[in-house]
Amino acid sequence: MDSLLEAIEINKSYEGHRALSDLSIQIPRGSIYGLLGPNGAGKTSFIRIINQITAPDSGKILFDGHPLKPADIARIGYLPEERGLYKKMTVGEQALYLCRLKGLSQNDAKTRLKEWFERFEIESWWNKKIEELSKGMAQKVQFIVTVLHKPDLLIFDEPFTGFDPINTELIKSEIRRLNKEGATIIFSTHRMESVEEICDHITLINKSKKVLEGPLKKVRDDFRTNTFKIAYTGDAEKVTSTISQNFELIDDHAWHDHREATVKLPEGTAPNALLQSVLPIAVVDHFEEVIPSVNDIFIRMVQKGSAS
Amino acid sequence: MNKTWLIIRREFLSRVRKRSFLVMTLLGPILFGGLMVAPALVASIPDGPKGILILDESGLLSESGIQSDDKHELRYLRPLEYNKESALALLKEKEEYDVLFHVPLSESGDPDFWKRNAALYGKEDVSLGLENYATDVLEKAILEHKLLAENVDPAVVANARTKVDLKTFNLSESAERESATEIKIVVGYAAGFFIYIFIFLYSAQIMRGVIEEKTNRIVEVLISSVRPFQMMIGKIFGIGSVGVLQFAIWVILSIVIFQVASSAFLDTQLDPEQIAAGAEVSTKGFDIIGQIESLPLYTILFGFLFFFVGGYLLYGALFAAVGAAVDSETDTQQFMAPLAIPLVLGLIVSSNVIENPHSDLAFWFSVIPFTSPIVMMVRIPFDVPAWELALSMGMMIIGFLATTWFAGRIYRVGILMYGKKTSYKELWKWIRYNPS
Repeated sequence: MDSLLEAIEINKSYEGHRALSDLSIQIPRGSIYGLLGPNGAGKTSFIRIINQITAPDSGKILFDGHPLKPADIARIGYLPEERGLYKKMTVGEQALYLCRLKGLSQNDAKTRLKEWFERFEIESWWNKKIEELSKGMAQKVQFIVTVLHKPDLLIFDEPFTGFDPINTELIKSEIRRLNKEGATIIFSTHRMESVEEICDHITLINKSKKVLEGPLKKVRDDFRTNTFKIAYTGDAEKVTSTISQNFELIDDHAWHDHREATVKLPEGTAPNALLQSVLPIAVVDHFEEVIPSVNDIFIRMVQKGSAS
Repeated sequence: MNKTWLIIRREFLSRVRKRSFLVMTLLGPILFGGLMVAPALVASIPDGPKGILILDESGLLSESGIQSDDKHELRYLRPLEYNKESALALLKEKEEYDVLFHVPLSESGDPDFWKRNAALYGKEDVSLGLENYATDVLEKAILEHKLLAENVDPAVVANARTKVDLKTFNLSESAERESATEIKIVVGYAAGFFIYIFIFLYSAQIMRGVIEEKTNRIVEVLISSVRPFQMMIGKIFGIGSVGVLQFAIWVILSIVIFQVASSAFLDTQLDPEQIAAGAEVSTKGFDIIGQIESLPLYTILFGFLFFFVGGYLLYGALFAAVGAAVDSETDTQQFMAPLAIPLVLGLIVSSNVIENPHSDLAFWFSVIPFTSPIVMMVRIPFDVPAWELALSMGMMIIGFLATTWFAGRIYRVGILMYGKKTSYKELWKWIRYNPS
């Protein structure tokens, strides 16, 4: 696998508190990578190490095949969770300043900013002060500044807080576009559901340790339990007794004008068997596999971890 | 372009462009000029004479011929007509009298009786000026009384008194000329005070700037592009250059305003003695230009620039660290005290150093970097030995490097700490903590 970023056995402690223990992660080039875990799991510590804000106590970070070095920050874009802008500075001046700190020349920064401002239709904001903008507007400016220097690696720490649903969609589509253009993306969030549709790889971190990693599809497949949901219209008693003879009936309840049953099949049994037993006695309105959400998986992993 | 330079530029421009900078830059010299001219103007405002009722039961004051002068309007009350109570009643009744001076009858004839029993009664608190006047008058009267008792003519004593105005010379200066102690005091103290004000004003701005970046949460955005140390240095130099610019404008404008103001008011309205009282310049009225020329001017100028910049950098770094350690300005109190105390101490010690610029106290306070910018400036006009100056400057450089290092370590950890109240113990951990 071709990794853009590889963390090897990273350890980091603060006074009396372990932030990361032996964390190894490979982030494939061109992926959208979800770094998931509850608050305080160590996500931000890890991201700060990638951004060279702090250094690990031990371990190594390889970026594009070489050990991470100060010059690499020009190739990384970082939107921190704790973010903000100078309130008294104008939007344009501030955007220019931040881009120049990333190493862009005055002219390059100006040309690219113009493009982005046109794309977001915010040209009229150029001479406004940040304090005159709403929070969502300021976040847009912040997003532009993060991606403007066309970094190879983009890191978003809780990116969607502060955005309304419309802007969230806008940002998501921009992120997908940047990804298509070649950028590798890291999402860090504790709101697992917010990245399920966008990430292709995930790592779950809990209490400084990696508990799970891999391509999102594989992770989900691993957690499939061969459980199906079947919605039907017909005699509930007859249907449930028929199902119970051959399979494990987890739940059966009325839902609007029909009933819905959740059934777990023995391993290796195809869903056809369940359908075949129900079809002669009821009308099947809907049939689907119950696929665990990342949230479910995470809760299951954490519970397993604390039980063992 | 270098990133530190970009930061310096932003810090400088964002402040210089503010309206408040323009206002302060223009108003500053008016305030300064006003401060210099105001005491002279106030002194020139005529103040009517104070009305003093005197109940002199033993005739002590009237015998020594104490009379009204242009500042004091005296009215002797006849002891036969008035006692203390009726005299106090009169004081309350008559608006034109401010105090009653009661000198009771000494039945034994003991002059020290008056010393113990004379009293001054005022409608309100008795002013210091009136108290001094009454004391002087009584002392003079008692003295005359005692002299007469010894059969000495008070006129002889008064005649024998001689006022001496001693000339002082400094042999170590190139030419043997009258030393200019007063002008040295003014120059030294003014320079030291300037540095003191500058450090306080602009270091506080650094601190506020750091706190602003923390509360804006822009700090983590910046820190992924630049090193914390670059941020801190950029801020210190950026704000420092704002200060230097502002002070340069102030000095130039102040001189202009002072010139204009003094030619407009002082010449016409005031007598020379009052100017002197206002500006603390020599009353002797001899050649001030000559005195200024006798000062080590180049050393003063060089020393001023050096300690001005050095002191600012030393304290600027520490104030930046305080800003990084707290979340809001209200939390700065506990860390401000240890920074403010040496500064204020430097100023307090200066008034002693002026009296005795070559004492041990003066030496130590002008070598320790925390007080040297102020105290050394006070001493320089008095010709400090070259080795002492070199030692002080060397210590200043070491001190500045040390505080910057120290502050840098607090800064890089502090700027990423939110919502936690910082203790000294915590700071110590940050200093020892090694992230890379």
